Amino acid sequence: MQQIIKWSRKNLFATRMNTLLSLVSLWLIYVTIDGVASWAFINASFLGADKASCIANPHGACWPFVTAKLNQFIYGNYPAGEQWRVNIVFALGALGLGLLMTGCISFKKQLAVLMLTAYPVLTFILLSGGLLGLSYVETNQWGGLLVTLVIAVTGIVVSLPLGILLALGRRSELPIIRMMSVVFIEFWRGVPLITVLFMASVMLPLFLPEGMNFDALLRCLIGVSLFASAYMAEVIRGGLQAIPKGQYEAGKSIGLSYWKSMRLIILPQALVISIPGIVNTFIGLFKDTTLVMIVGIFDLLGIISFHFTDPNWTSPQVPITGFVFAGLVFWVFCFAMSYYSKSVERRFSVTGENK
Amino acid sequence: MSEKHIIVINQLDKYFGDFHVLKNINLSVAAGEKIVICGPSGSGKSTLIRCINHLESHDGGDIIVDGIPLDDRVKNIDHIRSEVGMVFQQFNLFPHMTVLENCILAPVWVKGVPRPEAEALALQYLERVRIPDQADKYPGQLSGGQQQRVAIARSLCMQPRIMLFDEPTSALDPEMIKEVLEVMVDLAEQGMTMLCVTHEMGFARRVADRVIFMDEGEIIEENTPTSFFDNPQNNRTKLFLSQIIGD
Ligand SMILES: Nc1ncnc2c1ncn2[C@@H]1O[C@H](COP(=O)(O)OP(=O)(O)OP(=O)(O)O)[C@@H](O)[C@H]1O
Ligand SMILES: [Mg+2]
Repeated sequence: MQQIIKWSRKNLFATRMNTLLSLVSLWLIYVTIDGVASWAFINASFLGADKASCIANPHGACWPFVTAKLNQFIYGNYPAGEQWRVNIVFALGALGLGLLMTGCISFKKQLAVLMLTAYPVLTFILLSGGLLGLSYVETNQWGGLLVTLVIAVTGIVVSLPLGILLALGRRSELPIIRMMSVVFIEFWRGVPLITVLFMASVMLPLFLPEGMNFDALLRCLIGVSLFASAYMAEVIRGGLQAIPKGQYEAGKSIGLSYWKSMRLIILPQALVISIPGIVNTFIGLFKDTTLVMIVGIFDLLGIISFHFTDPNWTSPQVPITGFVFAGLVFWVFCFAMSYYSKSVERRFSVTGENK
Repeated sequence: MSEKHIIVINQLDKYFGDFHVLKNINLSVAAGEKIVICGPSGSGKSTLIRCINHLESHDGGDIIVDGIPLDDRVKNIDHIRSEVGMVFQQFNLFPHMTVLENCILAPVWVKGVPRPEAEALALQYLERVRIPDQADKYPGQLSGGQQQRVAIARSLCMQPRIMLFDEPTSALDPEMIKEVLEVMVDLAEQGMTMLCVTHEMGFARRVADRVIFMDEGEIIEENTPTSFFDNPQNNRTKLFLSQIIGD
């Protein structure tokens, strides 16, 4: 107790101005916590099969809406009997990522390669089926968190290597490669993602030959990935520019070829420098996936707002609760990425980078 | 006569845009010969030795290293680079790798030497530059003099026949210059062919077979160190020597 008083005297009430600021801050914190708690817990309804209990508690969250619809929020209209396939994909993904992140296993490299090669193939087979006796599930039945993660993970996994190639291309000594990279990057950066998605879903089919029609979700995946690659390329180019010329020359002078010196000397350093920017792009991409609802694909946010129109759940608190829930889920994923990136940065900076 | 010459440079010309940096350079280096190149700042010393391992491309004349003409053929460039080691003023060690990893990188990835063998070789060279106990440190944890000696060891690990040095001691504090020069003297005594841009006159007198003086892209004077320092012929050489000795 004594210590608490001592601490607060020193840190909260040292001067008159300090005291005033502390009191205002404490009041703001109190008001926020009080508001959140009374809305989310005290005045909220927790049980119920339809809107009745939510209408009875007009000043609090309508959590029964979320619990009743949780299955759709996660899987969309993925057939109930086949949802185990999605669960396997989620579980393997979480397991793989978890093992890669904990950093205490010896087969890390092999696992990373598996996650980047076998896992996507397996995911594709499991999710869309039509093979190995799995029934075919069309992508327009996919939805919710499943679609959000499929788009975000594809975007992330494609944009990093493609972004690296584009960044190298933009700095290449070969004029044609350099020009093509610049045109690609400036085109995709200059166009809003919404336009890209519209083009992919409305315009592209007009240009394709009659009868050739490829999947709407696939078109979005391609659009999002190329869009993200352009941003990634610029982030990585920043990292490449920070590497002193002497590093390139030292690589050449010991006889390394261009690709070997990129892979062994330049990129390992440039990517570490770019981690904050890369993660920033990942987070932006993750949140931008919500735009696909404009072209009729129901990601997490899309499917939540779609269910606002359910006549069984017409209550003023339903949309508010839905949006808060969506925000929470997005926040958890984005915060996890940000938190993990900090630990990666720290890990690389102890290896003598701090010169 | 060019048989015993490991480097032959004939009528070399180089431009940076309109700027004529190297003007009609002719220079032949015998195997095992030690050459010190000096001259005022901007005279083209670095550019000249960087042409020898094609860090800079040349615009006219020929460079023949160990019988192989240096042209735009990638195969020749790669071959020559594996025979020619280079040490830079700024060390240019790879900061994300340990000293040992710096040293084994090229043998493993360029020559395909198995890792254990490359490590044994690297430790042997680290011993020769007198820092065998720092193998697991990162470059950022070493002093400048130690870093430069690692850079020398890294080049030696490719077992080059020729070593190029571009002002290897001018980024170092005075007390570290000596330890680097000692390593270079050792190397010279073991018969390495060396081209060294430096203003360390003591080093030049001790190991050089020839001193070359460059100014404004030309070789103005070349001579044995004794005659060069004690009896310079050209006025520009005299002026330059009076300046660096005046320092
Ligand atoms: N990449 C380049 N582009 C244009 N000009 C250059 C380039 N590199 C060097 N130069 C110019 O060429 C001239 C010779 O440069 P060089 O580095 O060979 O001189 P140096 O004799 O090594 O000088 P120093 O003692 O300062 O190292 C200088 O005038 C320099 O400004
Ligand atoms: Mg120089």
